[in-house]
Amino acid sequence: MKTTRRQFIKIAGAGTAGMAVAGSVLGSVQKVGEKALKKDMLDSELTRTPTYCEVCFWKCAAWVYKDKEGNIKKLIGNDEDQHARGKLCPRGTGGLGMYEDEDRLKKPLIRRTDASGNQYYEEAEWDVALDHIAKKMTGIKKDYGKENMALFVHGAPAKHFEYLFKAFGNENHAEPAYAQCAGPREAGFFATFGSGVGSPEPADMQNSKCIVFIGNHIGENMHNSFVQEVSTAIDNEAKIIVVDPRLSTVASKATHWLAIKPGTDLALLLAWMHVLIYDNIYDKEYIDKYAFGFEELKAHVANYTPEWAAGITTINPELIRESAHTMAAASPASVIHPGRHTTWYGDDTQRERAMAMINALLGAYGRRGGMYMGVKQKLPKYPVPAFPHPHWSWQDITKPKFKNAAVGLTNVLIEASLPEFDKKHQIKGWFIAGTSVINTIPDRKAMFRAIDNQDLIVVVDTMPMEMTGYADVVLPESTYLERHDFSRAGKNRIPQIAFRMPAVKAKYDSKPAWWMAKELGHRLGLEKYYPWKDLEEVLDWQFKQVGTSLEEMKKIGVKTFTASEPIYLLDNEEYEFNTNTGKIELYSTDFAEKGYDAMPKYTRHESPGPGFYHLVYGRAPTHTFGRTQNNPYLHDLYETNSIWINPRTAKLWGIENNSDIWLKNQDGVISEFSAKARVTERIRPDSIYMVHGFGHTSKKLSRAKGRGINDIPLITNIKIDPIMGGTGMRNNFVTFILEEPSREEILAAADYKTAKEKEEEAKNLKKKESKANTEKQNDSIKVTHTKEEAKS
Amino acid sequence: MRYAMAMDTRKCVGCSDCVVACQTENNVPLGYCRDWIVEAVKGTYPDTVQMHFKSERCMHCENTPCVRTCPTGASHVIDGGIVKVTHDECIGCGACIESCPYDARYVHPEGYVDKCTFCDHRLEQGLNTACVDVCPTSCLIFGDLDDPKSDVSKILQEKDWYVLAPEAGTNPQLYFLK
Repeated sequence: MKTTRRQFIKIAGAGTAGMAVAGSVLGSVQKVGEKALKKDMLDSELTRTPTYCEVCFWKCAAWVYKDKEGNIKKLIGNDEDQHARGKLCPRGTGGLGMYEDEDRLKKPLIRRTDASGNQYYEEAEWDVALDHIAKKMTGIKKDYGKENMALFVHGAPAKHFEYLFKAFGNENHAEPAYAQCAGPREAGFFATFGSGVGSPEPADMQNSKCIVFIGNHIGENMHNSFVQEVSTAIDNEAKIIVVDPRLSTVASKATHWLAIKPGTDLALLLAWMHVLIYDNIYDKEYIDKYAFGFEELKAHVANYTPEWAAGITTINPELIRESAHTMAAASPASVIHPGRHTTWYGDDTQRERAMAMINALLGAYGRRGGMYMGVKQKLPKYPVPAFPHPHWSWQDITKPKFKNAAVGLTNVLIEASLPEFDKKHQIKGWFIAGTSVINTIPDRKAMFRAIDNQDLIVVVDTMPMEMTGYADVVLPESTYLERHDFSRAGKNRIPQIAFRMPAVKAKYDSKPAWWMAKELGHRLGLEKYYPWKDLEEVLDWQFKQVGTSLEEMKKIGVKTFTASEPIYLLDNEEYEFNTNTGKIELYSTDFAEKGYDAMPKYTRHESPGPGFYHLVYGRAPTHTFGRTQNNPYLHDLYETNSIWINPRTAKLWGIENNSDIWLKNQDGVISEFSAKARVTERIRPDSIYMVHGFGHTSKKLSRAKGRGINDIPLITNIKIDPIMGGTGMRNNFVTFILEEPSREEILAAADYKTAKEKEEEAKNLKKKESKANTEKQNDSIKVTHTKEEAKS
Repeated sequence: MRYAMAMDTRKCVGCSDCVVACQTENNVPLGYCRDWIVEAVKGTYPDTVQMHFKSERCMHCENTPCVRTCPTGASHVIDGGIVKVTHDECIGCGACIESCPYDARYVHPEGYVDKCTFCDHRLEQGLNTACVDVCPTSCLIFGDLDDPKSDVSKILQEKDWYVLAPEAGTNPQLYFLK
């Protein structure tokens, strides 16, 4: 396929109206004629202020360049920063669009009901909106308990509201970043090394001689410094092994691409362990010194031969053997990247554990080119009185079931928000910031029932995302270019902190999250936790504790500190791992104690029925989750998703490239909109692929609305990880609809029966027949979300 | 002086960062671009399928059909072999667009023809082009071919490369590393 620039323009300009709108948004930038512009754009004549990016979670430190009038001209990566290394990815470069977007939330909104019962949003002053929230929160505290609320967060606003909720006496906080994303790898690696993975993942790729990616499509997930490290690895002629049902971007650069059947990764990983052990090519010295349970593992994987795995994975056994030898030849500068979005099939912690165990067999952990042990500069907390102790927290409703959940689980808090949940622990109010939970967390039926059961829903966002339509109060947050936040101070190779400050005055009537939290704190009688005037004061205090200051951070943006500990193990170092045995646990004593498999076993996952295909989803380098599709710059680069279909499959269906198709999943749910078919040899015939985050329904997202297919409503078969409680989302299958379905059909299909409901229904029917009683049939619950998207 | 660019297809991930960096640096209106990504796929799943990306732009050819066909002299070549368009002199007739084998030019909504300038305003300040500076994979290498010590001279000596549409005889100055 060749995409010429002319086609690119055609694609980008497919909505000429959208183009015109975008043009006017960026008026301030584009009114300048070229001659004037050239003068303006000379870097020497621009001023700059520091920030770190908020378009994704990689948080690259950057400079915001402004002209004399104070207009932002461009964003450039900070040279000193380990995440950015002087560069931003396309999303960071286009981050200005978040600020410019004319569809932004502009004023606080409060849900009102008119005389005839119609609900609508009323624009409100901040005082009114905050008073309203404080009154409702006080009401929930009085009627149920301060614990009976949940906080769902993502990104920089999280810390401000977590602080508020802790001060309020509530610890029911959860991020989709755990139970819908990285949780399994944290649990799997923790059980093995006594240390989670964290972000950025400490894979030492720039020094690796062999890198393995399991379904991790780096380059499409544009994690800035990691893409840079893979590029360095290519220069270093490192081997790259990619396991993916799709010829992903990184698969196209691989030494070995293993085009695996979806859902069978664990079989491959077990076979790799078999080869490493039985071909005697693992790091014996390292395992003898640091590992526990090698003999158990050796016996465990005895029958997991490449020939056994070949029948399951569809990968040639010779390729399985050869790729294991490639890894071992590079050991210990050889690493399996832990991945990031890892909630796939429900046995994800065990799959991640197998990956961690292979890293152990390669001697990779704590070794140059393997996995480094990250270091950080701690920023002390501003002194305030101790937070009150809640009577109960997420742990009480989570840990009995999911013993290794490390933080709150969104899905458990949603389950606790349903009317049938026990009254003591029932959640009656949601506070949401920086995440559109209905498009992040699967199982929409539960989601809508939970929404209906809330006394209060507050949504904080910069954009009118779908979740704002279900809120009682919507609070417009300033974008990262207009606000202060806490500093980035995570682990990396060298301890660094990165600072964010407003580059420009906040547009519209938007406010920073720290201000909202503080104002709410005052209204909730929590003044003692907010003894400071503004966040600048807190940041300055923090900076001074570590030998810098607000003044210095404004000039440098990123400060580097000296590490107190080495990031690699020293030769023959006696090292105690944070596990029960103090060793790397190939046999997990923790899992064994808790009744989980001490070593991963292969379990078979469902396969699609006739006419159905694995629903594989992923990312585009130009977008983050579902939050960037309306950004004028990023929309211009990539305005909709397409459905990747293998030519053989397409031929069976008579689907041509670029034809409009709709998808229907195994439970009958039909996609709200269509997408173009992309007929390509890059995908397995038994699978389709699509980029997540499209198919927006919010009418106020003028560019993104109605563009492409949203995968989340099609994910109705959810397999919960028994160890950490994550939601496995890749057990879903779709078929094609070639003629446009009617609105009625789509709406009716949304009222699907989940597998659990079907099972219960069958059970009840049996009960009914045998007992012949008059028990009411447990029919599926109709989706009746009374909170319709208001004022649309 | 002879400016040229090498593009390493082994490293490019097709992320479009070069496109958006150019748009913001050069005030290119949304819906248009001076550089763009091409995805090339061949073979069949799974054994022979291959894919690579190319980041393309004006090739700043040595032999310039666009300059020859321009009736007003708006299209011209400056020091270092950079092909430019003087917007005030351009009547937007499109002759250059027709003559370009690389589809590298477009009509700006204000009526003139626009294209990549190798960011000559940045070169004057001793900077690299915006696309080169932003690229997370460092797959774009820019410099002076007359200087044997420049990065671009060195990499073209070391690696195998090809150019697009050599049969057009334009002698393009954007080299693709294999």
